[in-house]
Amino acid sequence: MNNLLLKKTANEVRKGIVTAVYNAKAGHPGGSLSAADIYTYLYFEEMNIDPANPKKEDRDRFVLSKGHTAPGLYSAMAHRGFFPVSDLTTLRKLGSNLQGHPSMQYVPGIDMSSGSLGQGVSVAAGMALAGQMDNAGYRVYTLVGDGEIQEGQIWEAAMFAGHKKLDNLVVIVDNNGLQIDGPVDEVCSPYPIDKKFEAFHFHVINIDAHDFDAIRAAFAQARQTKGKPTCIIAKSIKGKGVSFMEGQCAWHGTAPNDEQYEIAIKDLEEISKKLAEA
Amino acid sequence: MSDKKIATRESYGNALVELGAKYENVVVLDADLAAATKTGVFKKAYPERHINCGIAECNMTGIAAGLSTCGKIPFISSFAMFAAGRNFEQVRNSIGYPRLNVKIGATHAGITVGEDGASHQCNEDIALMRVIPGMVVMNPADDIEAKAAVHAAAAYEGPVYLRFGRAACPVINDRPEYHFEIGKGEVLLTGSDVTIVATGICVGAALSAAEELKAEGISAEVINICTIKPLDEKLIIESARKTGRVVTAEEHSIIGGLGSAVCETLAESGVSAPVYRIGIRDVYGESGSAAALVEKYRLDAKGLYEQVKEFLSK
Repeated sequence: MNNLLLKKTANEVRKGIVTAVYNAKAGHPGGSLSAADIYTYLYFEEMNIDPANPKKEDRDRFVLSKGHTAPGLYSAMAHRGFFPVSDLTTLRKLGSNLQGHPSMQYVPGIDMSSGSLGQGVSVAAGMALAGQMDNAGYRVYTLVGDGEIQEGQIWEAAMFAGHKKLDNLVVIVDNNGLQIDGPVDEVCSPYPIDKKFEAFHFHVINIDAHDFDAIRAAFAQARQTKGKPTCIIAKSIKGKGVSFMEGQCAWHGTAPNDEQYEIAIKDLEEISKKLAEA
Repeated sequence: MSDKKIATRESYGNALVELGAKYENVVVLDADLAAATKTGVFKKAYPERHINCGIAECNMTGIAAGLSTCGKIPFISSFAMFAAGRNFEQVRNSIGYPRLNVKIGATHAGITVGEDGASHQCNEDIALMRVIPGMVVMNPADDIEAKAAVHAAAAYEGPVYLRFGRAACPVINDRPEYHFEIGKGEVLLTGSDVTIVATGICVGAALSAAEELKAEGISAEVINICTIKPLDEKLIIESARKTGRVVTAEEHSIIGGLGSAVCETLAESGVSAPVYRIGIRDVYGESGSAAALVEKYRLDAKGLYEQVKEFLSK
């Protein structure tokens, strides 16, 4: 998929996020939007997956460690064909498969249930270890938040992954700089994130989370990296794509009202229009 | 009851070696306690399938979850304090909620940890694990039952918590007709005056106590409950209906463990039978030898015998 198509797809994924959260009247748009390009790249370009056969054994695995950004994952999966895009409006409602946080029991194609922060890297490392033990070719991806890495278990898992030389594992840090209570470096600074992962024997790549050339190059580099896991620190803008949400802490876990939803969709339609002309 | 004594943690390690031969996808994880959890024998036999995670139990739990989604049958091993205590939320969310096929082998449960004292004596693990939806909780009474439980856990698809002790305990199930099934209790001794429902090390003590009671003309029925969840409710209700009085005995807090499970079952059964719960009475343990502690906390044969007598005289 070329960059233009990826951008167009990511923009559709963003519309799905906003629509899902708006209909749910709850959820986490900020961190879903910041990671939308990463989700799109993983589900449309990087990962060996098949929506028609979501449990195929040799598939690449994805663990959404920052499970509250499920709207982003759901929207990418829906657009990729795992389930109808129209399902996105059922997010968080009674009887919906789209639980507030991802559940593998509900949605075929979700490789691990998550939501409680700090646990995903361990699980992804376990999957990667199984692949290493079985000499299976699949790769494992996990997305963590920059606030989430305040959880100690992340570093237990990083130590383990580095020690075991899990070169089939990629940890992506969505570095949008904001958590519920404020900027991450004001709440309890996780910086320097790159030096920390390097110290745990990761190959570390710093990129702009919204630049598909950089994303493509980073994942390619991760594939070529042998003997150590890769950490991609993706510097992102929380709420990316929706003017009034960008860089705003308040949009971590708030749904837009009718008026705000209209503006958000208008913003994203504008982007669609520009991309169509590109 | 034979004179042979063996700690169920030894049985755990030995059973894992048997499993290693039987299932090529069984893997064993440790958090720097392989020497104590007795998984060292598995490590020796199958080094490529033993994973030491270092002193990081929560990570070990997640690693096991990930391994299980890729077809492995992981047994995670640590002391009960960490396997169930420190790990509670990881077990609940990364194993229980997605209903993953992970087995938790928790050794050094209860006060028989002994000299290490209260920080390591977990009397709360059954309560913690029992409340997790879908979790099978087993607390074997001796070597034979422990090995059978480990084999049954491997054959069962889903999360299982296995509880083992540090101290050697008598072998009580050494008989040809012995048969183990998850969720099935067993009447080891039939009686008519009182039912003693026991688990773990208290089963052997209950049998000895029943003998002493018999000498005084008190007929005690002794039920061994290895699987605390799902509980063999039918067996317990039938026995309570017959004897009319029930004593539970466990090396665990009287809150949330076997005693609670039996009370819950009887309260909803319609059978009217008073219950006395023998166990750790909402206190922390302390340092001492295992033998001295079971005596002080009245979990040995004498303690059980006396408490049953006190209960019956009320």
